[in-house]
Amino acid sequence: MSSPILQLNDVQTHFPVESGFLFRHQTGTIKAVDGITLHVQRGEVLGLVGESGCGKSTLARTIMQLVPTTAGTVLLEGRNLTAASAAELLVARRDLQMIFQDPFASLNPRLTVYATLAEPLLVHRVVPPEQVRARVVALAEKVGLSSQVLGKYPHEFSGGQRQRIAIARALALEPKVIIADEPVSALDVSIQAQILNLLAQLCREMNLTLIFIAHDLSVVKHISDRIAVMYLGKIVELGPATDVMERPRHPYTQALVSAIPHLDPDLLRRSPRLVLAGDPPSPLHPPTGCAFHPRCPHVQPQCRTTTPPLQLAEPQRHVACLRLNEI
Amino acid sequence: MPLLEVTDLRTSFHTRNGVYRAVDGVSFTLAKGETLGLVGESGSGKSVTCYSLMGLVPQPPGRIESGTAMFDGTDLLHCSPAQARAIRGKRLAMIFQDPMTSLNPYLRIADQLIEPLLIHEKISRPAALARGLAMLEAVGINDAAQRLQAYPHEFSGGMRQRVMIAMALITRPEILIADEPTTALDVTVQAQILELIKKLQQEFQMAVIFVTHDLGVVSGLCDRVQVMYAGRIVETADTRTLFRAPRHPYTQALQRSIPSLQPKGRDLYTIPGLPPDLSKPNAGCAFADRCAAVTDRCHATAPGLLPVSATQATACLRVQAQEI
Ligand SMILES: Nc1ncnc2c1ncn2[C@@H]1O[C@H](COP(=O)(O)OP(=O)(O)OP(=O)(O)O)[C@@H](O)[C@H]1O
Ligand SMILES: Nc1ncnc2c1ncn2[C@@H]1O[C@H](COP(=O)(O)OP(=O)(O)OP(=O)(O)O)[C@@H](O)[C@H]1O
Ligand code: SF4
Ligand SMILES: [Mg+2]
Ligand SMILES: [Mg+2]
Repeated sequence: MSSPILQLNDVQTHFPVESGFLFRHQTGTIKAVDGITLHVQRGEVLGLVGESGCGKSTLARTIMQLVPTTAGTVLLEGRNLTAASAAELLVARRDLQMIFQDPFASLNPRLTVYATLAEPLLVHRVVPPEQVRARVVALAEKVGLSSQVLGKYPHEFSGGQRQRIAIARALALEPKVIIADEPVSALDVSIQAQILNLLAQLCREMNLTLIFIAHDLSVVKHISDRIAVMYLGKIVELGPATDVMERPRHPYTQALVSAIPHLDPDLLRRSPRLVLAGDPPSPLHPPTGCAFHPRCPHVQPQCRTTTPPLQLAEPQRHVACLRLNEI
Repeated sequence: MPLLEVTDLRTSFHTRNGVYRAVDGVSFTLAKGETLGLVGESGSGKSVTCYSLMGLVPQPPGRIESGTAMFDGTDLLHCSPAQARAIRGKRLAMIFQDPMTSLNPYLRIADQLIEPLLIHEKISRPAALARGLAMLEAVGINDAAQRLQAYPHEFSGGMRQRVMIAMALITRPEILIADEPTTALDVTVQAQILELIKKLQQEFQMAVIFVTHDLGVVSGLCDRVQVMYAGRIVETADTRTLFRAPRHPYTQALQRSIPSLQPKGRDLYTIPGLPPDLSKPNAGCAFADRCAAVTDRCHATAPGLLPVSATQATACLRVQAQEI
């Protein structure tokens, strides 16, 4: 097997927490990413799911080196990004692009769509200046925007339209890896389907590697080859997409899958979704042992003291649960 | 009498490139305690409909061309600034689609959260903070007391969205307009927020306009659903009917696009073509260019939203003629 395009080795990203109105002083640490090891193959689509605040966006920003890494290494095609100089990072970013969760905040309000898409092409000299216009038009069409809208500004678009602009911008440099942080949550199902088809097609045709973060598990299942489930800064389950969704092994994944809203109103009202018991854990005061233990239906005394490692549970499947073989 | 009655709302944007008719003749009612779902194509005018009611359409380039929105004897579209201030943010509250741009990055969460209370209720700062804290806990933020001191960028996307939800609910509004309030939330937190909204609804008879792309959420929460396309309502029905027997070709196509109902490994179904350019006048049905059931008539006559059964109204010429 060829070497992975992206390698994370025991990556940790921590944030200090400060309190006090006048004089802020550090009162704690949030371990947003807490020891993640992950290898992503070229051309693979890896889905990343997990509760709000579990560290998905921070992991994405860590890979992009947009936040300082506390410990561990991130390797892109063998290049260590955590130790890279600013100049090396600039080069690496051409291969590594991100689509952000919030298209409103990530687009420059003073640039027209045309300028937004032309800028990276000009900065990185992707095509000669006289071909920029044709390239921008082609990019816009790729994501389903007509060339008539190129003169408009971001505020003149709806949420979904803006996200398509953000996707077109990420595609402009023909990166090798795209990290998409909830790229379709703001889109209606039909446009969502167009974007998913588009991303899948790009992965096939350009051998693009995609890390896909989303809350909609049916969307993640559809597009991903593998799924990684995060809980409080750690990966608790990793495996082939269909298997993980249809036969979840970790109790948290099981709860997540059962919480998927049903489409049929009658069914839904008859069998209310299993809402996870207990509160989501506090990242400031994480539970001891297995972080999921306060909410886990299978909890045993040892879960309160021992942190389960992510281990091979069956071919291609890793699970971090002490009672893996009993449940 | 309905709590809110919107009649023939038309909102357009006057730009260099022409006049965009973002909302083009929308009428609906909302009863006390009712939950109305608003779904539809991206760019179809769902948010602009909400902004129009909240008085938040940027003018210019936006302009409310016509219509009334009666709420407890006051026309929200034509009332005095003083009347508007007394209603909006207190009796009528909105959760915005984009949590990052609607929170002030320079203010601590605490100050933003209690602002509506300080404005609308004669309440001391400590009392307001106590209610803010309780609300933040209700939306599932841990260590709320400590987190109150944080700035928005220190929160995850879903946490910011929950702050927005807490801000909207803190004054116990009579109508909550929720524009995609749960898109940034995972299914378990989403379920928790929906439970909270349902609870407040039962306790205070709060009515909700719920804008979403997630048809699963609609089916779990809403009493009635309205489907928008190109600035108009093309279908409305009670939730069960809309899911079981959608009649409008657009609603049917929308349902076919849902990923969970389609096999993995193949391309997802998408509606062919692009939505119409809202700046070009269109004599016929706005969906005609993309519709599988289109006939010549559809290009010439714009269908009105007419009842096709006791609980369902559909804006399609062929459905109305009982041809499909
Ligand atoms: N700049 C920051 N300073 C302090 N804490 C932060 C910062 N960025 C993120 N955090 C914290 O790190 C944790 C993980 O946040 P992150 O944004 O990665 O979550 P997420 O999984 O993307 O959640 P969501 O699904 O809601 O977007 C949260 O508790 C958040 O408050
Ligand atoms: N400030 C503005 N200037 C010009 N056009 C605008 C402005 N705001 C909105 N529009 C246009 O109005 C139309 C309706 O937008 P709206 O935001 O209501 O869509 P939406 O149904 O909420 O879509 P989404 O589901 O993507 O959020 C869009 O075509 C948009 O381009
Ligand atoms: S380790 Fe224990 S607490 Fe954690 S998921 Fe497994 S059974 Fe539940
Ligand atoms: Mg996030
Ligand atoms: Mg909107």
